[in-house]
Amino acid sequence: MPQRRHLVASAIVVLLLALLALLPLAGSRYAVDLATEVLIYALFALSLNVIIGFTGNISFGHAAYFAIGGYACAILLTTYNWPLLFALPAAVVLAGLVAAVVGYFCVRLTQIYFAMLTLAFAMLVWGVAFKWKAVTGGDDGFTGIKLPAMLAHYIGFFYFTLAVVSVGTAALWVICHSAFGLTLVAVRENAVRAGFIGVDTRRMRWAAFTVAGTFGGLAGALFGMYHRGMYIENAFWTESANVLIMVLLGGIYSFVGPIFGAAALHLLQTFTNQYTPYWPTVLGLILLVIVMVLPEGLIGLAARLKARRGKP
Amino acid sequence: MSVTEWRVPSHEIASMTLTMFTLNAFYGLALAMNMFIIASGLNLIFGVLRVINFAHGMFYMFGAYITFTVAKSWGAPFFVGVLAAAAALGLIAFAIERLLLRHLYDKEHLMQLLFTFALVLLMSDAAKMIWGTDQYSVGYPPGMGGAIDLGFVVLPQYQLFLCAIGPLIAVAMWLLVDRTRWGRVVRAATQDREMLAALGVNVPMVYAAVFTIGSALAGVGGALAAPRIALVPGMDATIINECFIIVIIGGLGNMWGSFLGALAFGFVVQFGTVLAPNWQDVLPYLLMLVVLLIRPWGLLGRPEAGH
Repeated sequence: MPQRRHLVASAIVVLLLALLALLPLAGSRYAVDLATEVLIYALFALSLNVIIGFTGNISFGHAAYFAIGGYACAILLTTYNWPLLFALPAAVVLAGLVAAVVGYFCVRLTQIYFAMLTLAFAMLVWGVAFKWKAVTGGDDGFTGIKLPAMLAHYIGFFYFTLAVVSVGTAALWVICHSAFGLTLVAVRENAVRAGFIGVDTRRMRWAAFTVAGTFGGLAGALFGMYHRGMYIENAFWTESANVLIMVLLGGIYSFVGPIFGAAALHLLQTFTNQYTPYWPTVLGLILLVIVMVLPEGLIGLAARLKARRGKP
Repeated sequence: MSVTEWRVPSHEIASMTLTMFTLNAFYGLALAMNMFIIASGLNLIFGVLRVINFAHGMFYMFGAYITFTVAKSWGAPFFVGVLAAAAALGLIAFAIERLLLRHLYDKEHLMQLLFTFALVLLMSDAAKMIWGTDQYSVGYPPGMGGAIDLGFVVLPQYQLFLCAIGPLIAVAMWLLVDRTRWGRVVRAATQDREMLAALGVNVPMVYAAVFTIGSALAGVGGALAAPRIALVPGMDATIINECFIIVIIGGLGNMWGSFLGALAFGFVVQFGTVLAPNWQDVLPYLLMLVVLLIRPWGLLGRPEAGH
């Protein structure tokens, strides 16, 4: 009964949003900050999954667009004193434009070659952030971002993030479930056949790359404002690897998977770091378990449990 | 600017540039050969197993640290340290392949990638537990700390040794893979594993051997790099990216391609450091970018089936 499923899904989304909106009432700044971070990473991971889950290519350089969005928004707000209403969209558009240019070259290749080319372009972005000290602050980072008074308080910023991430997620949902998104899945599953029925596969992958970069830039802009600074580490390949793990942890074949992956990874890392400096070991063991036992990620595990419960 | 600075005789400038050029070309070559030893292992493993081993950089780092422990802490000769590194990494790799990796060949590439990334995380913490986070150095082996004077340029001996050992390993690998029966089996394994198994070849052991040899090369590469560099946590991360660049530039799975890729890498990094200081971190990526845009499958690579 697809209609009933639809209803249940909508109810869960509304409930989740309501719970999040009520979170500041709990009075814990720590919880609100943590939720803000998770929301930002969730959007970042969702954007990457447009490339991975919907075209089947792995990008090793998604941090580039995160960094471009973050730096551009920070610089427009602070150096040029633009109002947020213009700075944020401009930063997002810039990230999307760069993704369009880079994507144009990357989608000519597939598999590991595609991944390495995205990495190469991302390292160029990192190089520019590192060397263009006058504008980006170089390896000192770009700090002291000016925020509108409304967002200066952590609760205000949390609601702002919640609103932006919700709108961004909704937009991505619509894009991924449109005819375009379904065509992407067809390209992923069988590019040759998709080509036979008249799909311009390269162009589809290019569009997906641009969409991913645009929303990655949005996440980056939020990240920079939240931390009041952007640092070159945010453009480094380790950041790309981090978000890649979030996506893979959550599961690539479902739209919401990356959200859970981002939440699980970020919360786990935060809690683990309170008790032990050996977070890499914990993450390494988690990855081993995923690879050896549950290759479909957390969402796959949930689906499997549900299927088992369904049987008498 | 004073007048005298303008009056440097032109032949002196020429000889200066020749000296500088030769020295930089030589250092670039030594770097290239050291990188080739490491990258060729990564390339061999990819060529046969189709596994992209992110832990290769970690194997390299362990090779360097083990050499430090054996040659510095225990006081054994340097080359005993190199052999110990090769043996230790071979053993570790063999155990990993037999216990875990062999279950993953039939799964998606993504899973293999995540698996090797998990190895990176686990081994990085293991290295911190064993060796701590201090910086170490391994001196040049005795008799190799000096330099040879060619008249117009003075070449350090250890780098000369690297320039000799790189081609030696390349030729040895070529003979092993292209000229022996075992090499034929390995090449057949890249083509059709089921057919090979049907012919009575123990394919799983071929895979284990290839993973062991490839990883031991990372260990040797790390051991040989140890006298040249500072041993610090995180040295694995740069190397793995650089190895990927070399292997991709040359063409995945092609040994001579990796040799060529290593040469391009070595010269670009060495001359880049001199001509465009502070950009050396980005230059290798720029090199890969240019190569991939002109030749999408690398210098000596061929398009994969289905493209």
